[in-house]
Amino acid sequence: MDYKNLKEIANLSIEQNKKISDIVLIDQSKEMSISENDLYKKMEESFDVMLKSIEQGLDKDLKSTSKLSGGDSYRMLEYSKNNPLMGTFLSKALANCLAVSEYNSSMGKIVAAPTAGSCGILPGAICTLFLENMCKKDEAIMSLFTASAIGMVIAKNATIAGAEGGCQAECGAASAMTAGALVEVCKGSVENVLDACAFSIKNTLGLVCDPVAGLVEVPCIKRNVGCLSIAFSSANMALSGIKSKIPFDECVLAMKEVGSSMPTSLKETACGGLATTPTGLNIKNMLFGE
Amino acid sequence: MNVFDIIGPIMIGPSSSHTAGAARLGRTALKILGEKANYALIEFSGSFAKTYKGHGTDKAIIAGILGFHSYDERIKDSLSIAKNNNLNYEIKTVQIPDTHPNTARMTLKGENSECIVTGASIGGGNILITNINGLDVHFSGDHTTILVIHKDKAGAIAEVTNYIAKANVNICGFNLGRNKKGGMALMTIEVDSEIPDSIIQDFYKIESVIKVVLIKKL
Repeated sequence: MDYKNLKEIANLSIEQNKKISDIVLIDQSKEMSISENDLYKKMEESFDVMLKSIEQGLDKDLKSTSKLSGGDSYRMLEYSKNNPLMGTFLSKALANCLAVSEYNSSMGKIVAAPTAGSCGILPGAICTLFLENMCKKDEAIMSLFTASAIGMVIAKNATIAGAEGGCQAECGAASAMTAGALVEVCKGSVENVLDACAFSIKNTLGLVCDPVAGLVEVPCIKRNVGCLSIAFSSANMALSGIKSKIPFDECVLAMKEVGSSMPTSLKETACGGLATTPTGLNIKNMLFGE
Repeated sequence: MNVFDIIGPIMIGPSSSHTAGAARLGRTALKILGEKANYALIEFSGSFAKTYKGHGTDKAIIAGILGFHSYDERIKDSLSIAKNNNLNYEIKTVQIPDTHPNTARMTLKGENSECIVTGASIGGGNILITNINGLDVHFSGDHTTILVIHKDKAGAIAEVTNYIAKANVNICGFNLGRNKKGGMALMTIEVDSEIPDSIIQDFYKIESVIKVVLIKKL
């Protein structure tokens, strides 16, 4: 398969009465010349690194190299135990998402999904479902193949680099990947997957990449949480049967166009947006003295 | 591109393009040098130039030049490890026109040789090498890649690819760059499967071949 559009993969999946993840596993096993079992095991390794990064990131005393971040996931986890506003499950998902993102900022070992700056979103949703006994491990791992296919379609038709397309290309892509994976784990239809992905792209379109002091910390860590929430709402809407008026593949083309017209100052150069607010500049001066 | 370009790489944070990709750029340059590097000049352009300090891009690229993978937990301490391993380095910021926003030019010197490698980190930890010693190239390191520096001469490509055909290895990418007619040329050959190391010796039997570098799949 060439992963040029998600609709084709979805059609194959409907024709063969298989999940998207099954279609992708079979295709990639051929493409990479390794057995389906070995390919699954390799994905399991990634899943296990995700679980470990949640555990490490939840450390109360975690601090990033710059000392700007760390400890928020612990704060969120504590709050999740005490009748939280969004319910225990979602609050734990937010805590786990923060944990992975904070661990990344402290030069910890993570799985880029699709990038390091957006690495908290997919584990925040899928690992939490598994950790809260809402799905089996193999269902969680298989859903990562569906997420990968969605990511490949975005990478081929738009970009997954903040420097080329802004944050919509990183956290936006991760949000769509996560929404699609969530729908599959929750036993939604293939059409539901397409709609969930479309909702996520539509809701993250135009998101700029404006890291304060050029660090993957402010606002990246909390943007992971925002895009995780969008992934959950998108999956929820799709599972209810709500349809996207604009098909996913066209949303991706819109993402490319929006990314191209975005000024360089808002594409990972730390030359605009939050990075050049008075406080953003103060933080930069404080850290690098220039 | 495959699933692990999206769910992956497993890497040391904080940035796939500015940390993991940078480590891969450094490691690829080291392979092109083909020996331990004693000196490295790193010139960052575009977004790399503006934000390398914040992302630890300098630590990552030096780690790569030390031979570390992008998932190596020693990346954090690579600058001090470089000092202990007699790798002297300089970091500069420049503007290299008409290049990807995350571009680095690496000048490496070893005991016997030196090389200048330009490459970009194109997102998600993936890289593209675009120039070696002034010759245009185009490869990602996703496949095993053979670089053949040779005299620009009729029949050179046929002679080289003939050995690859004999080894029953399929070529999946090919690019030729040269500085001028009859001057120096560089073949970049990407292949689908493992290639025997002995093929390098075969290439050196060809009169026009000057240097061969085998870069195994990253």
